[in-house]
Amino acid sequence: MNSESRFPTRMGDGELVRMTRSEIRADLEAGVEVAVRRAKVPPLAEDELEHLLDIYASPARFTGVDIGSEVVLSFDGSGMKTIASRREDLQIYEQWFGADTIELHHVDYSFKPVKAIVPFEAQEMHDVLLRTVAPVQYGAQPNLGLYSRPDGPVPNWSELLPLGRIAEARAAQEEAVPMAVKDMVYVCEAMWEAGADGVDFDTSAAAGDADFQAALLAVEEVRRRCPGLGIEIGMSGEFVLGMHGEVEYDGVRLAGLWPADQMRLAAKAGATIFGPVVNVNASKSCAWNIARTCAIVKPCVEQATIPIHINVGMGVGAVCMTKYPPVDAVSRASRACVDILKVDGL
Amino acid sequence: MTQGMRLPEAKAFVAEKLGVSPADLSDPVIMHEIREKLGLGRITTFEISHPTQAVAIESKFNVEEVLGVPVNSVRRFEERRIGPAQRGR
Repeated sequence: MNSESRFPTRMGDGELVRMTRSEIRADLEAGVEVAVRRAKVPPLAEDELEHLLDIYASPARFTGVDIGSEVVLSFDGSGMKTIASRREDLQIYEQWFGADTIELHHVDYSFKPVKAIVPFEAQEMHDVLLRTVAPVQYGAQPNLGLYSRPDGPVPNWSELLPLGRIAEARAAQEEAVPMAVKDMVYVCEAMWEAGADGVDFDTSAAAGDADFQAALLAVEEVRRRCPGLGIEIGMSGEFVLGMHGEVEYDGVRLAGLWPADQMRLAAKAGATIFGPVVNVNASKSCAWNIARTCAIVKPCVEQATIPIHINVGMGVGAVCMTKYPPVDAVSRASRACVDILKVDGL
Repeated sequence: MTQGMRLPEAKAFVAEKLGVSPADLSDPVIMHEIREKLGLGRITTFEISHPTQAVAIESKFNVEEVLGVPVNSVRRFEERRIGPAQRGR
């Protein structure tokens, strides 16, 4: 009979389970192994695994980084009319939550629908900037899928691909890219003129490699037109899906890129913050997920030339895939990313 | 966020400008006093009255001056401000 103490810990779906230190250690090792095999990254060092074990084999409700090791928090989608208006919610984020940065966004959260209402969004940005001190970003998703039928004008590549109509699916994505770039640049330029401190291309590459190409091309143009604007590229997954398979940026094929290569292209395009993502496997423990996350993202942080704000939230970065992630899971994942990865922010 | 500075470099830059150590930047006791002294904006939830303190956009003018880094909203504010020349005086 196993006499080891059991610690309350979480599964990726949020379930509270009890595991021994040995079981947690085994999950950490298994998470690293998967990362090494799939992402072709080096394994975590023994002292890093031990530190993760100390963080996760603990009954504490909350954990945190050492005093003096705090990092910057950027937010995708703070201020959602949860309590009052968007601008009042952003003031609450700043004055009550002590947020380092705040982000104005429209609830639809994609550049394409924002285009039609950009005068109102820019006015809101102007008003928010007069009332706050923390840097204000405007956030939205490239969301290339919105340019395909029935939401947009080009044929739907998600319908064409299962039919084996590969060339047509590729042509449709290629047709959508310049449309998305034009909309993103239009919105970002309006925010720059309103006074925004930065823009956030959130959930980039959600529709695959052409989606990522559109984001990079838009960033390149926004950097040219708005030289002092902060630009954050946040990803949607750990590797870029090859929905097209052949699109490139700066001579690099985008399909299948992992965080370190994604970061290099984001920096090349002109981004000032890069947000890598590692999706959560909900049927594995949070310990398994954090080990996999740290191993996959470590080369990205080590090679970074711009700040890295890893995504640590619902369903990403070893935080449970639940609507209200428990603080024990959030604080453990956050601390692990700071201690092991030395990220610049979350 | 506009300069693309890694965190250790950014902390050292800001700390030097404020005359504190990088670790002080996340100490709320120290920073509350520094922010008050330099007019950088504070958390004022428990201070009902602070009519002579800089808040909101006022604080951002001070942030720009203290750090020596352009703040877009402050630059836009200056552009939009109608000076005596534009008023025809």
